[in-house]
Amino acid sequence: MRWPLIRYIPRSTHFRFVRWAPVAAVVSAVLIVASIALLFLQGLNLGIDFKGGNALEITMSRPAPLGELRAAMGQIGAHDAQVQGFGSPNSAMVKFLPNKGEKASDASARVEGELIKRFPDLKVKSRSEVGAKVSGELLMSGFKALGVALLLTLGYIWFRFGLSYGTGAVVAVLHDIVLTLGLLSVARIEFSMTEIAALLTVIGYSMNEKVITFDRLKENLRKYRTTPLRDVIDLSENERLSRTIITGTTALLALGGTMAFGGPVLYPLVFTMIFGIVIGTYSSVYIALPMILIWGVKRNDEEATPVKFGAASRP
Amino acid sequence: MLTLSRWKIIAVTLSVIFGILFSLPNVLPQTALDAMPGFLPHKKLNLGLDLQGGSYLLYEVDTDALHRERLNNMVEDVRTQLRNEQIPFGELGLQGDVVSVRIGDPSRYNDAVNLLRKNIGAPLAGVIGGKDVAVNGKGDNRIELGFVPEAAKADAAKAVEQSIETIRRRIDSLGTKEPSINRQGENRIMIQAPGESDPSKLRDIVGKTAKLTFQMVDDTVTPEDIQANRIPPGSEVLPGDRFAPFYVVKKRAVVSGEELTNASQSFDQNGQPAVAFAFNGSGAKKFADITTRNRGKKFAIVLDKRVLSAPVINDPITGGSGIITGSFTAQSANELALLLRSGALPAPLNIEDQRTVTAELGADAVKAGSISLAIGAVAMFVFVILAYGLFGGFAAIALVVNVLLIIGIMSMTQATLTFPGIAGLILTLAVAVDANVLIYERMRDEANAGRTPMAAADHGYKLALTSILDANITSLISGLIMFSFGSGPVKGFAWTLVIGVFTSLFTAIFITQVLIGWWFKATKPKKLPIA
Repeated sequence: MRWPLIRYIPRSTHFRFVRWAPVAAVVSAVLIVASIALLFLQGLNLGIDFKGGNALEITMSRPAPLGELRAAMGQIGAHDAQVQGFGSPNSAMVKFLPNKGEKASDASARVEGELIKRFPDLKVKSRSEVGAKVSGELLMSGFKALGVALLLTLGYIWFRFGLSYGTGAVVAVLHDIVLTLGLLSVARIEFSMTEIAALLTVIGYSMNEKVITFDRLKENLRKYRTTPLRDVIDLSENERLSRTIITGTTALLALGGTMAFGGPVLYPLVFTMIFGIVIGTYSSVYIALPMILIWGVKRNDEEATPVKFGAASRP
Repeated sequence: MLTLSRWKIIAVTLSVIFGILFSLPNVLPQTALDAMPGFLPHKKLNLGLDLQGGSYLLYEVDTDALHRERLNNMVEDVRTQLRNEQIPFGELGLQGDVVSVRIGDPSRYNDAVNLLRKNIGAPLAGVIGGKDVAVNGKGDNRIELGFVPEAAKADAAKAVEQSIETIRRRIDSLGTKEPSINRQGENRIMIQAPGESDPSKLRDIVGKTAKLTFQMVDDTVTPEDIQANRIPPGSEVLPGDRFAPFYVVKKRAVVSGEELTNASQSFDQNGQPAVAFAFNGSGAKKFADITTRNRGKKFAIVLDKRVLSAPVINDPITGGSGIITGSFTAQSANELALLLRSGALPAPLNIEDQRTVTAELGADAVKAGSISLAIGAVAMFVFVILAYGLFGGFAAIALVVNVLLIIGIMSMTQATLTFPGIAGLILTLAVAVDANVLIYERMRDEANAGRTPMAAADHGYKLALTSILDANITSLISGLIMFSFGSGPVKGFAWTLVIGVFTSLFTAIFITQVLIGWWFKATKPKKLPIA
């Protein structure tokens, strides 16, 4: 085996990335529609951060009997009670809403007491009570943060590369966010404050990818003034390929360990970030660049003619 | 770029020393830390509540209640003022947000307006008239009084400030370990108590308004009057103690808890737990006056609109001290004494968000986080060395310094490391590797284009720099946004990302540059190892 392994990656590749753009566009469009439909039909699995209510993380000296716990919650009398496994088999997360007129903290104390009466080996490891007012505000500020992040990065890319790049980048990042939300909805992953952080990281990473893609494209557009735009795009992507592979693998390796060993608190966060890395890499090539292809870019002084999408796959 | 200027080497050396020195306290045992000379850094990472266990409470100051109370007080003030000047009036009361009164004698209407303008309300800077109350004449001999819009805001701000101080006094006397009490937004107070896994005690202490007043019992009201709801306008019905289900007392307090100088747990003559108190000078004088004038009558000791006890005044109390009896246990008497000593909250507090993590769960999180970080870092080291050989090793060294710097800076600034922050740290390292990947790939391109190894390496750094900067600025933007919008754990995550952007830029570019520069000098290679 030759070492370093980087030598295994061919010096120059000639993949025709743009050729697959129409197919990718269809796939993305279908996934986007499906994600939006899902978000409307079943929505996100909002955690108590955003929905309000009480949550108790419990642990027992034996595998937590989820069925019995659910039955107990029914007898105890708590609104909208949910019992889920949480991380290790001995742990579970119990969520409920306080009864009408009952203070959230009293409800926690009451349910906790009743549960311990029924399951003497039960221990409460964490306790959360979020009021409806705060949860509503948190949800609002979370989405506001996402919006502001998109706008600011759009502004930055517009400033650095021009409007068509900026639009391409933002459309691609929006694509990433919608698909990520769709996945969260399908997988019923709890949408909490940390998920907003995860989405912001996805935006950051995805923008990062776009910037690096655009940097190379812009440079090559200066170098090869007369080459058709689609060919310059293919060239730039081929030049970037080894970097994409190495960086992507590094990030996935780094986060893979956390996904396996980080426990139930970090799992949703890391899961979302990993998906974001994959989708962000994909959307750089298949959303951001085709957008530029359709829109056309300024190549120094001469205006590039926009290419009709789909009409021109090379023979 | 590969010609190593002196400042570059100095900067790199200093950063490595800094990183080691400031992260060291986190791995040393406490005894070694104590033995270290004082000029060396001693601060450890400030772990978030989710990592060390503890309680987080978010309270909202009920400024509406405060506003209502102030309006009610204004009604009483208007009554007293008009009565003292013997101006006949009627229909005094609250109408929505204004106090309205009708003057019975039209010839004295202007006197009344001037009187109220002069004597009602407190000075407030920055508003027309310079007072927080606006007094307006209306037709039909009516006068309306209301707070100016700025007053509500000023009141709320003051109430939040006062509440924070009161809460701090209360929690301090409880002996909780280093609680942090901060204002959040307009009218919220956030309390973080590390290591406190049972917040119920905290909540009992913090959430009580503890407004103590001494009010005269209105003995003109008969039980039949109460039944028929015929309560005189200056009196109110309050829930009572074990001797009587409720009492009718005068609304105006003769003395209030603000004039207490001390309170402590003691016992009454029957050996039951009670609370002893002492008034300050003016309080003692008022109390002496009132007890002298009302011998044989009852006064009520009222806590948070509830009568604790209503003793009969047998003898004037001129010493300025006394005891409060009621159905106390030793503990509840102690608690009340504490609350009275630390003062009342200006407005009720409502709990909005409460989270508790046991120390055990925090320890689990630290373990899971450390394992994740170790596995992630080792995986990255192995991969980057496999991929780029010697240069990969340089990148790995840069990563180690990066981790040291992040931990060092976070320990130094006492920024909170949260559980999600550990995931942020791992992602930061991955993105830091990206900077080296960009540089090395550039070097390969340039070498393939026929440059000498030295020139290729040099150009690699130069040409990759814009991409690296662009990428890091976008990361910085999302990090800063997270920081300004997020709360608790998310803020910690954002902070880790932001610190990471700077340390990554520094280590990925400068550390590897210095190492590669030395390597070139030492070996004078004919070929780049990665080409």
